[in-house]
Amino acid sequence: MSILLPSGALQLQADVLVIGGGPAGTWAAITAASQGAKVILADKGYCGSSGATAPSGTGVWYVKPNEQLREEAKASRYDMGGRLAEHRWMDRVLDRTYENMNRLGHAGYPFPIDDDGNLHKRGLQGPEYMRLMRKLVKKAGVKILDHSPALELLVDEHGVGGASGVQTQTGDAWTVHAGAVVIATGGCAFLSRALGCNVLTGDGYLLAAETGAQLSGMEFSNAYAISPTFSSVTKTAYYSYASFYYEDGTPVEGAGSKRGRSIIARKLLEGRQVYAKLDLAPEEIKPLLRVNQTNFFLPFDRRGIDPFTDLFPVTLRLEGTVRGTGGIRITDETCATSVPGLYAAGDAATRELICGGFTGGGSHNAAWAMSSGSFAGEGAAAYAKKLGSHAADRKLQSVSTSVITNTAPASSAKTEEIVRAVQEEVAPYDRNLFRTEQGLKGSLQRLDGLWKEQRNQAVELSANGVKAREAQAMTATARWMYNSALARTETRGMHKREDFPGLDAGQHYRLISGGLDQVWVKPEAVNETPSVKEVVTP
Amino acid sequence: MIEVVSESRCVSCNQCVSVCPTNVFDRGDDGIPVIARQDECQTCFMCELYCPVDALYVAPDSEQVIGITEQEAEHLLGGYRANVGWGKGRTPVASHDYMYRLSQFARF
Repeated sequence: MSILLPSGALQLQADVLVIGGGPAGTWAAITAASQGAKVILADKGYCGSSGATAPSGTGVWYVKPNEQLREEAKASRYDMGGRLAEHRWMDRVLDRTYENMNRLGHAGYPFPIDDDGNLHKRGLQGPEYMRLMRKLVKKAGVKILDHSPALELLVDEHGVGGASGVQTQTGDAWTVHAGAVVIATGGCAFLSRALGCNVLTGDGYLLAAETGAQLSGMEFSNAYAISPTFSSVTKTAYYSYASFYYEDGTPVEGAGSKRGRSIIARKLLEGRQVYAKLDLAPEEIKPLLRVNQTNFFLPFDRRGIDPFTDLFPVTLRLEGTVRGTGGIRITDETCATSVPGLYAAGDAATRELICGGFTGGGSHNAAWAMSSGSFAGEGAAAYAKKLGSHAADRKLQSVSTSVITNTAPASSAKTEEIVRAVQEEVAPYDRNLFRTEQGLKGSLQRLDGLWKEQRNQAVELSANGVKAREAQAMTATARWMYNSALARTETRGMHKREDFPGLDAGQHYRLISGGLDQVWVKPEAVNETPSVKEVVTP
Repeated sequence: MIEVVSESRCVSCNQCVSVCPTNVFDRGDDGIPVIARQDECQTCFMCELYCPVDALYVAPDSEQVIGITEQEAEHLLGGYRANVGWGKGRTPVASHDYMYRLSQFARF
């Protein structure tokens, strides 16, 4: 099927193109292939090591199909998420996660064994998981394009029909025409160097919005992880065993990894360095902690720090929508977007449906990635099948806001300047974590200016051009975030308004957004289902 | 960030060139990969983990280059891969009994 053009450009045809090769993308690919679709997966980096999951360990929202356990699981983040999740979605994600985790066991993932001799499936080690997923993708007959970021989506009057981009290691262009496209490019952490997150720059949001697709929950985009100041390792879970101190060893009153994270942020804002020590970890579990998150201890071991007994300086590192819950709006159970032929999965999609406005970090995001990936893979395969032979004779055109060209002058200095300017708006705690009308408006004015600067600029078909598109995506993402944050005049989930510190029952809705030059935001009702069963506790 | 490529250990498989998500390495003319874009390194340790001969060292510092030499890093090479349980004759840490034991105390 592949036609190698004289220029070295790769032109391919498929039923389904998956953009992004993390957990959501790989599940989408193998699921679409299992429906008989010819699938191509393009990853910006390397499918198997790219993204937030691969370098980490994660819990998984794996709950046995027992009514009481399931109700408890659903209730766990429901209130914290501002009651924006939907029971119907939580049910189907719990079902599909259960099924897919069992499939991983059959496929050879080395789960530990519990006391009853059964596989214990409540977590996944990223390197192991993603190495296996790559193997399964290949086994399913999917063609993988590594180091092949998508720069633009291709559409016609019927909807999305492919994408093109560049292979960064060779400089060659690639184009894939496909009946349907799944966006699984992850969230946006604004190049904050949070573990594995520097490939997550909101590219898929921009690609989707350029076709007219909508976003949802972009105000839930201010997740910050605790990490040592010197390190990329952003595993916050273990900080539930931490106490926080000033340099002289006096405790930081009220600081904590969960409810006290704001206190840490306020101290850091005051210019006071905060230190941590995992001194609340009981002696008997220390060896267990070491094994469970091998990468958590790696920076400490290499620096000669014993995190159980030594103080080390910490910071709050922006994880944006990676651990937030906002993303591309999903319009039906197949994870379709509002644009025909375009699907979204994983962190690229909104996770409000299962965790509302509270963090999707860890087990929920992992469950969502494997479930939404499967749903989108099925949906995209069915859609492509319905198109049938028409897919081949479509007249597709780019809808990029930039002209992608071979001849644009590379200006990496300019791109770096824009990235720094965007980071200056989204990273500071007093702008993004603690939000105010005045602060948001000021940021938006500057971000709108940055967008105008980049609008219609020619983008080189090269690694430099990829960076320029990332800068555009981050600028656009920040604008959807802050316009949504401005519209939600209350505090709900992770979205904190200093000027509206309470929850307003009148704003129990999701906020959808979109637009590029003119950003718009509007409320969308939460689909309350009567199937909510009250758990009767004896 | 990635700081060391040990020429004496490297077998020129160029796995690191392939697996690095941010494309930090280039293939060298002599077959030994070159750290071509160090500032792109996101300190995710994946190259180190995939190196079959423990020839790479990623310093834990994600914000700056510390300038550690191969000699200084010698005793640290391969430590992460050993902990993850990758490599011949090792058992993946994923199947370690402690994964299950910890869940008896806490749910992460």
